[in-house]
Amino acid sequence: MGKIIAIDIEKCMGCKSCEIGCAVAHSSAKDLNTIARLGEKPGYRINVEAYGCRAVPVNCQHCEEAACVLACCTGAIYREAAGKPVLFDGERCIGCRMCVQACPFGVITLSRDGKRVLKCDLCIERLAIGQEPACVTACLTGALLFIDEEEANRAKRRKVAERMVTAGQAEQQGHEQNS
Amino acid sequence: MAKELTYADKASRKMVKRAAEEGIEIVWDRYEVMQPQCGFGTLGICCKICSMGPCRIDPFGEGPQVGVCGANADTIAARNLARMIASGAAAHSDHGRDIAHTLLMAAEDPKSDYTIKDEEKLKAIAQIYEVKTDGRKIKEIAADVARAALNEFGQQEGELRMASVAPEKRQKLWRELGLMPRSIDREIVEIMHRTHMGVDTDYKNIIRHGMRAAIGDGWGGSMIATEISDILFRRPVPIRANSNLGVLKKDQVNIIVHGHEPTLSDIIAVVSQDEKLIAKAKEKGAKGINLAGICCTANEILMRHGIAVAGSFLQQELALITGAVDLMVVDVQCLMPGLSTVTNCFHTKLITTSPKAKMPGVQHIEFHEDKAVKIATEIIETAIDNFPNRNGHRITIPKEIETLIAGFTAESVFKFLGGKYRGTYRPLNDGIISGRLRGAAGVIGCSNPNVEFEEGHIKMVKELIRNDTLVVTTGCNAITCAKHGLLKPEAAFKYAGKGLQEICSTVGIPPVLHVGSCVDNSRILTTLTNVVSEGGLGDDISELPVAGAAPEWMSEKAVSIGFYFVASGVYTMIGQPLPVMGSKNVYNYLTEEIVEEVGGKWAFEPDPVEAAHKMLRHIDKKRKALKLKPMMYEQAFAPEE
Repeated sequence: MGKIIAIDIEKCMGCKSCEIGCAVAHSSAKDLNTIARLGEKPGYRINVEAYGCRAVPVNCQHCEEAACVLACCTGAIYREAAGKPVLFDGERCIGCRMCVQACPFGVITLSRDGKRVLKCDLCIERLAIGQEPACVTACLTGALLFIDEEEANRAKRRKVAERMVTAGQAEQQGHEQNS
Repeated sequence: MAKELTYADKASRKMVKRAAEEGIEIVWDRYEVMQPQCGFGTLGICCKICSMGPCRIDPFGEGPQVGVCGANADTIAARNLARMIASGAAAHSDHGRDIAHTLLMAAEDPKSDYTIKDEEKLKAIAQIYEVKTDGRKIKEIAADVARAALNEFGQQEGELRMASVAPEKRQKLWRELGLMPRSIDREIVEIMHRTHMGVDTDYKNIIRHGMRAAIGDGWGGSMIATEISDILFRRPVPIRANSNLGVLKKDQVNIIVHGHEPTLSDIIAVVSQDEKLIAKAKEKGAKGINLAGICCTANEILMRHGIAVAGSFLQQELALITGAVDLMVVDVQCLMPGLSTVTNCFHTKLITTSPKAKMPGVQHIEFHEDKAVKIATEIIETAIDNFPNRNGHRITIPKEIETLIAGFTAESVFKFLGGKYRGTYRPLNDGIISGRLRGAAGVIGCSNPNVEFEEGHIKMVKELIRNDTLVVTTGCNAITCAKHGLLKPEAAFKYAGKGLQEICSTVGIPPVLHVGSCVDNSRILTTLTNVVSEGGLGDDISELPVAGAAPEWMSEKAVSIGFYFVASGVYTMIGQPLPVMGSKNVYNYLTEEIVEEVGGKWAFEPDPVEAAHKMLRHIDKKRKALKLKPMMYEQAFAPEE
């Protein structure tokens, strides 16, 4: 998969703007005031949970071996190809909730009216027009980032390389001073 | 998924369990569901003052560092804090306004149910307002005092008379710094102006004005409330009473008074003794009428009438869950909007009485001071009529009761100590100077579900008295101490250091003195002033070996109180910090720099024992500066220099 939603829990403020951003993006009106006025309840596909006094956003991982895909008997939960997001087709859903039970992250939930399942779709509609997922856009502190996994790993590896070289150089200087 | 309390008194623990069994949601459940709470709000860097927002500052420095208008974290945090002071000061001062107005009615309306019960106090306060007393009728003096006090709310210029009672040095400092309030209402209004979009941006300027408004509360509205309540209802003297939920009675009509203003609770206290009403209660099968209080109004009738206090702020729902409350009557402040959800689960009637504090779907019997007894009678009759509706199977009154002594005021405790006509502070000052007493601390304030209930209050108080520091207490901390047995003289032998024990056993006082309700924190200001004028401990409140604390604070009133103590020169310690931690500058100003200006400062320490130690370190510093004798007895906490 190319880009993923990476979470930096040190930066999560528990403000739940990601939840609201997700709800608005998945509503029909796509405007917060209108949704509030009409009483629409789009539901959340990302959830911020507390542990002690810390907050952690928990979202769908779009697992390669997605338990929800395996559990779904109608093909309502599916992916188009390997490496692509796991999606949900409301037409095929029979509301058996096996996916809800199967997901080890607890990020598939039942909608309020009980007629469909709420599951992160990685905002594919927004991605198609060059936007980032709504939760990432909503996050002020960068606790949620939409990044290329390989690039992120390379950046981490470069930092490690820098640390090793710098440490090596310091050790070298230390030897020279002592001798 | 209910919370289990681990430190609080047994009655509270039982009733929390009971609420879970009955499936009734209470404050701890609502707190849990609210997690995680928004960090921007907690840090004080969320601004909702104008509709260019709402704005938030990124505390990690990468996102926006200013709001849409350009305000940075310092301005945003300071503005939010100032508005908290405004609300707290407004609550206390409005209470004072109502009391002053009642005094005027007592003076001018011959049919008033309120009388002037303490003529001596009236004459003392008349002196402060420069109202002549020689050869005049009491009611004439009272009318003039009431008008003079009421005037101070709306005057535009001048000073507040009560502030003229503060030590000279302190008044001079306030004038020099521009902190002397000009009028009680004006300073609060000006906070609202300054914090409007595009007015005051300088965080120190904002906070300094906040201090001025807070002084207008402590040395203004609150002090007026305290002193005039004494005039109307009598100065308290040490009195024995009972506390905790066990005071509710299975076979009597249980009425709980909750809220703040004694104009309501004192009348209800008196009327509930009416023989005709007691007879009515007996007709309905009850043995009598049992009155108990919650929150500050409980403290008012506790101090003056010895009426039992059922519980503190966080116990207001727990009292209802006993199923034994026939009526809860409320006026203003600290009333949980969730009360009706709980009363609807039982036969209990909930009645609001103040036009300022209504609740949807809740019966409202408006209380008017000019028909006080009539309305109080109606309210009590509602309770009596409700007694037969009790469901006997659902009544669980915990047996826990603890006795206490309350009623120590700036005047009473020292009459006690001195034994003379005019109370003397000499024994207290000498006690501190000689090293028998390390100092004194005021531990006050609310309770909050964001910390373990009662752990902060009790651990801090015990650590202080263990180290020969006399503790005075008000409000919900006082109720908490009462329930844990600290307001009894015997507590000195169990928990106090040797020096404090000696004083307590000689005089017969508890090591923790219940000084009153939250407006009665003004009594602490008066006491500190008296200690200064008695001599030997410096010229200003900021030199005294004292500290203040509110370990489990919750309300905006607590913020105002904290600020008026800081502005008066007192080291003020709280548990959870003020919501300003998103601004390093505001935090530094409040906890460090401000002491150079006003001689007092804030401190934040969530661990109550560590907090007590910080207060003791401060007290020791003041002792050293005054060159007082070393402590007479070995101290449990004696840090190296």
